[in-house]
Amino acid sequence: MSDDLAIDVRGMTKRFGGRAVVDDISLQVKAGEIYGFLGPNGSGKTTFIRMLCGLLRPDAGSGTCLQLDVITQSEEIKRHVGYMTQKFSFWEDLSIQENLDFVARMYGVKQRKDVVRNSIERLGLAGRERQLAGQLSGGWKQRLALAACLLHQPKLLLLDEPTAGVDPKARRDFWEHIHQLADEGLTFLITTHYMDEAERCHRLAYIAYGKLLAHGTVADVINHVGLTTWAVTGPDLIKLAAQLRGQPGIPQAVAFGAALHVSGDDQPALENAIAPHRHPPFTWSQIPSGLEDVFIHLMDSSKDNFKP
Amino acid sequence: MTRSSHFSFERLRGIIAKEFTQMRRDRLTFAMMLGIPLLQLVLFGFAINSDPRHLPAAVLFADSGPQVRTFLQAMKNTTYYKFVREVKSVQEGRELLARGEVQFLINIPQNFTRDLLRGDRPAVLIEADATDPSATGLALGSLNAQLDSAFRNDFKGPLEYLGRTPGPIDLRVHAQYNPESNTQFNIVPGLMGVILTMTMIMITGLAITREKERGTMENLLSMPTRPSEVLIGKIAPYILIGYVQVGVILGAARFIFHVPMHGSIPLLLAVALVFIAANLAMGITFSTVAKNQLQAMQMTFFVFLPSILLSGFMFPFRGMPSWAQTVGEFLPLTHFLRIVRGILLKGNGLHEIIPDLWPIALFALVMLTIGIKRYRQTLD
Repeated sequence: MSDDLAIDVRGMTKRFGGRAVVDDISLQVKAGEIYGFLGPNGSGKTTFIRMLCGLLRPDAGSGTCLQLDVITQSEEIKRHVGYMTQKFSFWEDLSIQENLDFVARMYGVKQRKDVVRNSIERLGLAGRERQLAGQLSGGWKQRLALAACLLHQPKLLLLDEPTAGVDPKARRDFWEHIHQLADEGLTFLITTHYMDEAERCHRLAYIAYGKLLAHGTVADVINHVGLTTWAVTGPDLIKLAAQLRGQPGIPQAVAFGAALHVSGDDQPALENAIAPHRHPPFTWSQIPSGLEDVFIHLMDSSKDNFKP
Repeated sequence: MTRSSHFSFERLRGIIAKEFTQMRRDRLTFAMMLGIPLLQLVLFGFAINSDPRHLPAAVLFADSGPQVRTFLQAMKNTTYYKFVREVKSVQEGRELLARGEVQFLINIPQNFTRDLLRGDRPAVLIEADATDPSATGLALGSLNAQLDSAFRNDFKGPLEYLGRTPGPIDLRVHAQYNPESNTQFNIVPGLMGVILTMTMIMITGLAITREKERGTMENLLSMPTRPSEVLIGKIAPYILIGYVQVGVILGAARFIFHVPMHGSIPLLLAVALVFIAANLAMGITFSTVAKNQLQAMQMTFFVFLPSILLSGFMFPFRGMPSWAQTVGEFLPLTHFLRIVRGILLKGNGLHEIIPDLWPIALFALVMLTIGIKRYRQTLD
């Protein structure tokens, strides 16, 4: 266990109705790191984050969050962690200023009025602070939520799909802001479905059906899976995809724009399978596997423990 | 390390301020808080006439002399009676009573005229359907005075001695149920308790479930707040609302319904605080149990109905079977009704109301404790 780990947990498990929604997940996040948390819907990302900040009691597991015990010191953890929920969870019938003021009071922020005013100015919402939060657009709600999470100067931010439903420009601004804050020493654990966002993280973890399947840098994760990917272009790729799928050695054939990505983790088997089709009008080329190829592969090959 | 586990007045103030702001924005709820007392006052105070007149009556004649007509005319003159049927037998009359077709059955005995003229005070039996005691009580009460003056014309000259006390006729009243007189003076002070019960439980019942439904609960829980801060912070603003309602009802009682106020109003206001707190605590406890706002509403009605029916608000408490009385004793409204009526109508002081005050205070304490214990600090 090292001092510069913001999160250091082992064997975290949470069951709902006998099913392990989070199954034996261990995770280490270094201080100042932006850690991406990826996985399909219902894979247990939100549950894991809720356990970290004391909103859910783990059924098994132990560890620390900011050097505080996640089981016994969750009250203290709450004071130093900012948690941004997946769904906008501020009070829509309170104004921007009232929301920020309330949050500041709950954390006992010193010189509250100044802190709130500064926050509103940084947000670029000066002059609109009396507007009700419920009237804000998705992008502004997200910015307000982030600002509110930062009021008490947390050391760790847990952001649960912070950019869902936000336009590309606002997403880019958001990520620039995140990197800036990470430079100042903040640690981030961010869940996302966007591949471009995953690649902006220092390190990432992929979970599916409650299990941690891969983790490390983007390159680590891609290497770890050892996927071979061929791209093919030509006419009637949908028919081709249908012919290829289900052949031995071809776990996946996915359309990416004008090309079809055919991937598998057994290179000779894959090349055997595509050999009958390697002639015109099709053009084949081997490409480096992307994160998305890897994730789709991980998702397809992991066992769904929710299925009976 | 454990600073956060201490109760913080700063956080409490923050929660109270937030609740006030949200209350101000929620116009519908705000209107409801003022509208319900006014609506109930109008309904119970004006629309529901507790002094009904022209009540249907049936007569069984065993005699038909001229004095019988005088007697019936006298009854009619009270304006409480309206003769709708002549029956041939007691049985027939009782059936009408049972079916609720008539409110009274008047039984004129044989030899009514003869006995009357002899000064033998014939006994007239009036059987009353006292299901609603307030309806029959006044009708019966008005009768004696009316009879005396009615026969004065008949009893002139040699018969004058018949007009002297104790009255020419022996009226015997059979009420079918145990009647306790229940006047408007009784209803309006009682309304204070009923209105507070309904609105206070409902409004706090929604307080926590609303946060759950809107998803803001997760946010609130992720902050270092204590259950007691959240619960008390959510209760406090509604105490003020409760007092506004008390003020409206007391004002109407005094200036519109002219309810006598014999006791101390400051004492009543102090008791009201305990009662309001008891209802708010009950509501907040429901709120911690209910999964959504609909469930909270259903639980409110689960308490509200017995409160109205078994507290002595609608029906005389002593007229209820003992099991119902036992249930009633567990309801804060039962005790509050006795206190309000005691203070206003009988001029009771602290000494007389203590036996009904401590059960309300105990109820509030138990409910708040359950609420704080039930309040989950996690989403489990």
